[in-house]
Amino acid sequence: MTDIIGFTMITVGVLFDIFGCIGLVRFPDVYNRLQASTKCVTLGTVMLLIGVAIASASGPTAAKATICAVFILVTSPAAAHAIAKGAYASGVKLWDNSVVDKYAKQASPKAE
Amino acid sequence: MRRVIYFIVSFAIWVLLTWPFVDGRIDLQVVVAGLIAAFLAAILFHEILPKEHHVFISPARVFWFLIYVPVFFYYVIKANLDVVYRALHPKMPIKPGIVKIRTELKTDSGITALANSITLTPGTLTVDLTDDGYLYIHWINVKSDDIDQATKLIAKRFEWFLKRIFE
Repeated sequence: MTDIIGFTMITVGVLFDIFGCIGLVRFPDVYNRLQASTKCVTLGTVMLLIGVAIASASGPTAAKATICAVFILVTSPAAAHAIAKGAYASGVKLWDNSVVDKYAKQASPKAE
Repeated sequence: MRRVIYFIVSFAIWVLLTWPFVDGRIDLQVVVAGLIAAFLAAILFHEILPKEHHVFISPARVFWFLIYVPVFFYYVIKANLDVVYRALHPKMPIKPGIVKIRTELKTDSGITALANSITLTPGTLTVDLTDDGYLYIHWINVKSDDIDQATKLIAKRFEWFLKRIFE
């Protein structure tokens, strides 16, 4: 029973990882790609690790997988935030069809 | 006091990661290495670690935290289905932009948790935050560029919980 639940979660996690990568290729600019990569890849990897924890059903492996899942959940958004801020600071433009950019004034007050 | 807490936490993580209990005996080498590493981590990095460790001593805060976890996962899964839909749809229905929202949270941990929650939930990604409590959010499908309206749509659902956990 634990095997079935564990492997189902691993399968769904890998599927989310794949969809995240498709988004990474299809979306037009850095910020949209970050959306796809952080959301899908974080949930995909966390589900994969929890699936491993359930399927292995042994203390050490489950503990390690759970700790890795928690760390990914905490650090991945912080990394995405750092990449987005860094990209903006080094002058990467938003996609041409973007509707609004409230950050422009904050990031470069001289341009106003 | 804070260093002692971080020492214990780091050592607990070390023990869980290395699992030094082989054949019912404890591997002393691993434990000693872990003690040294945890000691160094607690001495060197206590400045940059969160200051609000009282959060996990108070039962009410822990209760709200346990309620928050399933709510958070519900939004994370919703966010993923949303992104998958936008990534796979042939016409790619996105309308991106960066909006500004306001937060009422004051503590560092609270704002960090809010920023991380926003990043992992439907169509939003925290780009930057200012000292006076504003966040810049990249939104994949901008519904409103007004500060109040955007705050209501993006942050309110988490703020309610995080205020009870961290403030």
